[in-house]
Amino acid sequence: MTVYIKEMKQSAKALIIWTCSIAFMTLICIFMFPEMKNEMDSVSSIFANMGGFTAAFGMDKLSFGELMGFYGIECGNILGLGGGFFAALAGISVLANEEKERTAEFLLTHPISRFSVITQKLLSVVTQVIIMNIFVVAVSLISAAAIGEEFQMKEFILLHTAYLLMQLEISCVCFGISAFIKRGSIGIGLGLALAFYFMNIVCNISDKAEFLKYITPYAYSEASNIIYESKLETDLIVIGAVFSLAGILIAYLKYTKKDIAS
Amino acid sequence: MSIIETKKLTKYYGKSRGVIELDLNVDEGEFFGFIGPNGAGKSTTIRTLLGLIYPTSGEAEIFGKDIVSQKTEILSDIGYIPSEATFYNGMKVRDIISLSAKMRKTDCSDEAKKLCDRLALDTGKRVDELSLGNRKKVSIVCALQHKPKLCILDEPTSGLDPLMQKEFFDILKERHNDGATIFLSSHVLFEIQKNCSRAAIIKEGRLIALDSVENLSKTSAKRVTLHGVNVVPENLSAKSVEADAESVSFLYNGDIKRLLETANSLPIYDMTITEPDLDEIFMHYYEKGGESK
Repeated sequence: MTVYIKEMKQSAKALIIWTCSIAFMTLICIFMFPEMKNEMDSVSSIFANMGGFTAAFGMDKLSFGELMGFYGIECGNILGLGGGFFAALAGISVLANEEKERTAEFLLTHPISRFSVITQKLLSVVTQVIIMNIFVVAVSLISAAAIGEEFQMKEFILLHTAYLLMQLEISCVCFGISAFIKRGSIGIGLGLALAFYFMNIVCNISDKAEFLKYITPYAYSEASNIIYESKLETDLIVIGAVFSLAGILIAYLKYTKKDIAS
Repeated sequence: MSIIETKKLTKYYGKSRGVIELDLNVDEGEFFGFIGPNGAGKSTTIRTLLGLIYPTSGEAEIFGKDIVSQKTEILSDIGYIPSEATFYNGMKVRDIISLSAKMRKTDCSDEAKKLCDRLALDTGKRVDELSLGNRKKVSIVCALQHKPKLCILDEPTSGLDPLMQKEFFDILKERHNDGATIFLSSHVLFEIQKNCSRAAIIKEGRLIALDSVENLSKTSAKRVTLHGVNVVPENLSAKSVEADAESVSFLYNGDIKRLLETANSLPIYDMTITEPDLDEIFMHYYEKGGESK
């Protein structure tokens, strides 16, 4: 587990910064909720009159006047986008950085198989994503208690399960890409996460783009659907799992045979 | 017993050449030199042996084990010093050294401490703040602390000051006396000539000579100096000619009788014939058949 521990130590700073930023923004949003609730009437009518924009962010199905609805929309954007970015960065850089920073030669001339290096690095990415989500969930629960509100527990759990799966999928797909690149990677990771995010928005606005929901993991982590239907879209999640496994498999196939750049 | 043995080992990067049909063998307990200019394929050979890159064709064994399928086992008995070492930013020297030991699943902190003391390496510094020479020292400690059976060194002395170079070779010789095999890749021929028993010369990806350093130095080529004339006689084929006002010096690889007969007919007053040093051998091998003069 030496490589795993090394990875966790190296990523600790980034993990803490991202986790704290996302948790802090979530906290601020939740503390804004009592204010929102009082002005619910006017706020709801404003949002209801924004046409396509309303649908794009799922605000047609959720009420800003209820904590769960408010949280789903706000958190959907903060944890969805922020968490997606973090997952993408963690996944895309973990293999490629060794070559980019020219440390691959040091690492891989030790008696550790490439298979084991890949496994330990993948585990560290998954651990980081899980830690980040647990922390954000804890901060959400504490903040809600602090303003004297309560989440609908079932929907809350479903929502966060979906976010976690979505982030894991992004990190696994990026992990697969990471095995191929030798230099520079951050752009590809952020670009991919952003592309997935916008695919979902386009998909929400236009019926013609509905096929996009089979590609982007943001489709099955759409707060409005989860809270409204009170269930997860299992078929989309299964497709997402296939993408994730493909990313992991490709990483193993490529990286175990890769010529390491000097 | 062969410690390193390659059979027709070939590596292409796409279409560009790495090494071509390399047949190399290094015996147990040897201090082996690997000579060639930049880009000849020295690092490619080493990186292939270490499993960083995969051979295009041919095969190679280290300790009698296949370099591809038994790579991990092989690596536990190897210490490798790369020509340019880079470590994880932000980590301290001592963290890198202990990380290296942990990745080998051994505790060799005593040996590490001894090496750091001998090389005057400050273990409290961050690796990204180190000079090239100090990074090299970190590599040396990481490569030697577990007392490997085989040390593979890729231009190990670049960046080290002369005192440290001496200390480093002293350490290597001690390891060699304890039975370790040393594979030293270098273009500093003096290092090879001084330390190695056998050497291989590589040129444009191909092995062009493999022999004892003594024999390599004893090729038929001689360094001939004639005093009294300052041009090479027309009927002699000469290489690396150096002339001044009253003498001419050149490498001669032809019939020795002819040389003497020619010299006899010239107005010379002195003449020396010596073994060329390895530098000249090297030039000799490199000019033979090459475009460069």
